[in-house]
Amino acid sequence: MSDQQPRYPAGTMPRHLGDVIVRARGVHKFFGELHVLRGVDLDVWQAEAVMLVGRSGSGKTTLLRCLNFLEEPTLGAIEVDGLRVEADPLGRRGRGHGEEIRQIRLRAGMLFQDFNLFPHMSVLQNLIEAPMRVKGMSRDEAVSLADQFLDKVGLMDKREEYPARLSGGQKQRVAIARALCMQPKVLMFDEPTSALDPELIGEVLRVMEDLAHEGTTMIVVTHEMHFAREAADRVVFMEDGQIIEQGPPETMLNDPRDPRTKQFLRRFLDSGGGPGAD
Amino acid sequence: MGALVASLYSTGNIDPDWLRRNSPFILQGTQTTVIICVSSIILATALALVGSVSRLSGNVVVNSVASLYVSLIRGTPLLVQILFIYLALPQLGIVLPPLEGGILALGLNYGAYMTEIFRAGIQAVPRGQREAAQALGMKERLIMRRIVMPQAIRIVVPAIGNEFIAMIKDSSLLSVVAVTELLWRARRVGVRDFETLQALLVAAVVYWTLTILFSFFQERLERRMARGDR
Repeated sequence: MSDQQPRYPAGTMPRHLGDVIVRARGVHKFFGELHVLRGVDLDVWQAEAVMLVGRSGSGKTTLLRCLNFLEEPTLGAIEVDGLRVEADPLGRRGRGHGEEIRQIRLRAGMLFQDFNLFPHMSVLQNLIEAPMRVKGMSRDEAVSLADQFLDKVGLMDKREEYPARLSGGQKQRVAIARALCMQPKVLMFDEPTSALDPELIGEVLRVMEDLAHEGTTMIVVTHEMHFAREAADRVVFMEDGQIIEQGPPETMLNDPRDPRTKQFLRRFLDSGGGPGAD
Repeated sequence: MGALVASLYSTGNIDPDWLRRNSPFILQGTQTTVIICVSSIILATALALVGSVSRLSGNVVVNSVASLYVSLIRGTPLLVQILFIYLALPQLGIVLPPLEGGILALGLNYGAYMTEIFRAGIQAVPRGQREAAQALGMKERLIMRRIVMPQAIRIVVPAIGNEFIAMIKDSSLLSVVAVTELLWRARRVGVRDFETLQALLVAAVVYWTLTILFSFFQERLERRMARGDR
């Protein structure tokens, strides 16, 4: 790991439980003239739960989307579970690049703010669609896997329902189960509770906390500071398309060093820290 | 309609005897009309599926061909297209029987309009659906077939229903190329006996009934498809 550039304050390096699962190197992203990511390096270790925080527009969602190429980085490289893919913003590498990206995505599950369950499929169909058609699992295999994860998120009784009949919290839990069914190496959450009514946030965060404590490798863009304090192994603060400061949650949330982090947290805690703060 | 018939009857313009003798001949055209419509809508739907995907394709050639098709068909009258297939193609050595040629003309014509409807339907499927499928490692074709199209079709069902109703009526244009559908039959006996008024009334009532019947089924279908959605 000679090429890694730790930005931890001395003595706050988290203990690493295994290999690096996700590695971003020199990631830049332009939207037209807008320079949204300005050279981001990030390493996420096996079984680590990393929370990306920062004000809206700081680039944290864009970074997450670049990690599985829902946004093509303008410059840089992404590595997930040993598969390294260079940015190819002009599509010069064509089909081969598309297949590389698909392989990255098979290793990295993604959860969205607005769930994106398939509305024309039942919960069970949502869960077994990709395992069967992408991974080529038999129906029986896929169903037993789906049942296992539905049970984990506590929604066994909704197996045959259509997404329209579920609450937002239930939808997000189904989405988590759907991602788990692909058995990815890392789960990436893009503000998973931002679209939820306040009373439904808890059930989703509880599932995520369980996953974190079980050693699921996770990268979470969130505004839920309490959740970050409980579940994060590391908090990464972003501002202006760059990582400004990172460290264990106790240090980052109680005693940050960078004035920008301090200011962000002060404002954030003042405003109540709810999802509406975005 | 009832009042119209009653007033026509009272003024001596309706001859029940003529109606009794000639209505069966006209009504036999209903079957032909229905066959034309069903075959044409199937052809049109198939063309629209291919056309809409092509119109959204990144491939320049595929995209241009589809755009040309839509532009050409929408830019010329349906009657011209029907006559072209019936009268002009034979000059090029391609002779199609009237019924088949008529179905081809209607199918091609409606296919172009429905291409645009399907395209709008595909674009109306939220972006997040595609992204979620991509994030699960699904390939483009699979995403289109399993995620986008099923939802797009639900979105366009009402519009397709309207196209079908319009087609029931436009099928009457095939009477000019001697397809023995409703209007052709009504015109034939009407002109023969100088009873055009009664003959056209019979045909009109049938068209009207067909569209009402279809609207009824369309409503039920829409209600069924709405189940479980969103």
